[in-house]
Amino acid sequence: MSLDIDALRAQFPILSTKVNGKTLTYLDNAATTQKPQVVIDALVDFYTQCNSNVHRGAHSLSDEATRRFENARSNIQTFINANQREEVIWTSGTTEAINIVANGLAQKLKAGDEVLITEMEHHANLVTWQQACLRAGATLQVAQINEIGELDVADFTAKLSSNTRLVAFPHASNALGTLNAINELTSIVKSQSDALVLIDGAQGIAHCKVDVQAIGCDFYVFSGHKLCAPTGVGILWGRYSVLENWPVWQTGGEMIRTVDYQESTWGVLPHRLEAGTPNIAGAVGLGAAVEWFMQQDLDALKAHETALLNYAMDKAKDFSGIQLVGTAKEKVGVMSFLIDGTHPGDLGFILDQQGVAIRTGDHCAQPLMKRLGLGGTARASFSIYNTFEEIDTLFVALNKAKNMLA
Amino acid sequence: MTKLPSTTDIIEDLEFFDDWEERYQYIIDLSKQLPELSEAERTDDRIVKGCQSSVWLKPTIDDDRLFFDVASDAVIVSGLLVLVLAAYQGQTAKTIVDFDMDNYFKVLDLERHISMTRGSGLRAIVAKIRELATQHSS
Repeated sequence: MSLDIDALRAQFPILSTKVNGKTLTYLDNAATTQKPQVVIDALVDFYTQCNSNVHRGAHSLSDEATRRFENARSNIQTFINANQREEVIWTSGTTEAINIVANGLAQKLKAGDEVLITEMEHHANLVTWQQACLRAGATLQVAQINEIGELDVADFTAKLSSNTRLVAFPHASNALGTLNAINELTSIVKSQSDALVLIDGAQGIAHCKVDVQAIGCDFYVFSGHKLCAPTGVGILWGRYSVLENWPVWQTGGEMIRTVDYQESTWGVLPHRLEAGTPNIAGAVGLGAAVEWFMQQDLDALKAHETALLNYAMDKAKDFSGIQLVGTAKEKVGVMSFLIDGTHPGDLGFILDQQGVAIRTGDHCAQPLMKRLGLGGTARASFSIYNTFEEIDTLFVALNKAKNMLA
Repeated sequence: MTKLPSTTDIIEDLEFFDDWEERYQYIIDLSKQLPELSEAERTDDRIVKGCQSSVWLKPTIDDDRLFFDVASDAVIVSGLLVLVLAAYQGQTAKTIVDFDMDNYFKVLDLERHISMTRGSGLRAIVAKIRELATQHSS
């Protein structure tokens, strides 16, 4: 394996920070990832060299800002292998991207129509569809998971019908780490119904090579900040033929063709779904992040991440009193757990004192926690720059927490 | 009801410790002194919710003094609740309203637990108690 982990880590300045006097052990990557210097530089360069509004200036700076902004879009197109750059829509993140689709769908749904999701959704891929269904009098169907957190594909298939209009599922579960077989699920949906398929890539994009054309889905959405890019920017990718006439989301500037007092007409993709001044610097930052990823040895990064997760799960097997939550055969990046006799929130406090950053709570997935009969879990989540030593640190810190709390 | 330590005792005790482990062990030990609500009394209408842990609060008013039974599902929050109740338990509404909880947590060097950023429910319960005291004094 050709991965030089020290050289990789050196590109992420925050990783050498001290927290509570201890070296930071950052294991909250499913919440957000850290940023390499090239991404930070892209933001600083944008603001110091060419800050201007895009697509409308009569001056050189605006041309340069537009060039960087649209180049970033092309980088995303390459990164996810989109057929056309116009299929790549800038959003504020996964949540907004899903809202654009859900809002449009709500206008098309009728009573009796169905939307299918799964029991492993986080709230962004649940409340959005629930509200769309409520507005239209449609029904939200939920495909079950099994005890180890894998999708029950038979139940998923059985819940498809001629009434299903859209199926949404996560590439990977944020709370459990379960990796879904997105190509197979998409082809099941397409062979059994006319439904559109949306894949929530929030947790998948940082861990897996994504080829939207090979998947065969209609929408793939993700947030930049989980991919080493800034917060406040994300992507809605949609198949051109579907997005072309998708109901507009926000209205206002940038997205129009003509405006009169009593009526307006809409512009073409991608602008018709990008009202107002976009997060230009954020987009440039996300473009820089995917460019950075494409320069890495992605297979080596993937192998490293898999090795980290396996190492952590193996160590957990030898740690008395730990209960792993979510032990799907195919997993990425996440180890969710409980420790007998302790509350996850208490574990989080005591780990934090030792410089170890994890997340505790319901992971914005309350129905999933209810399904598993849990109030919440502690979650360590890994990224490309984590090390085996950091996982050792996690378990030393957990042992101390267990001794203090249990 | 167990007698709670005074705020002065707590300030002195916490000053004495050098490292985080001793401080948090102290807070964990304090949690055992919480005037606790039974499981049956932990009803939904008594929940004061933070996103990390739930806290239940049952106030009682005896003459002009306010008493609180509380419960939390987390140990450290329970210990921190003892710090809070040390200031509030059995006090008059006016004393409660006048007490500067933010400053007290600052003196204890635990201000992050009461700051806006924590989802522990501690800030929510302080706000709830102050609201009850304000209603009672008006």
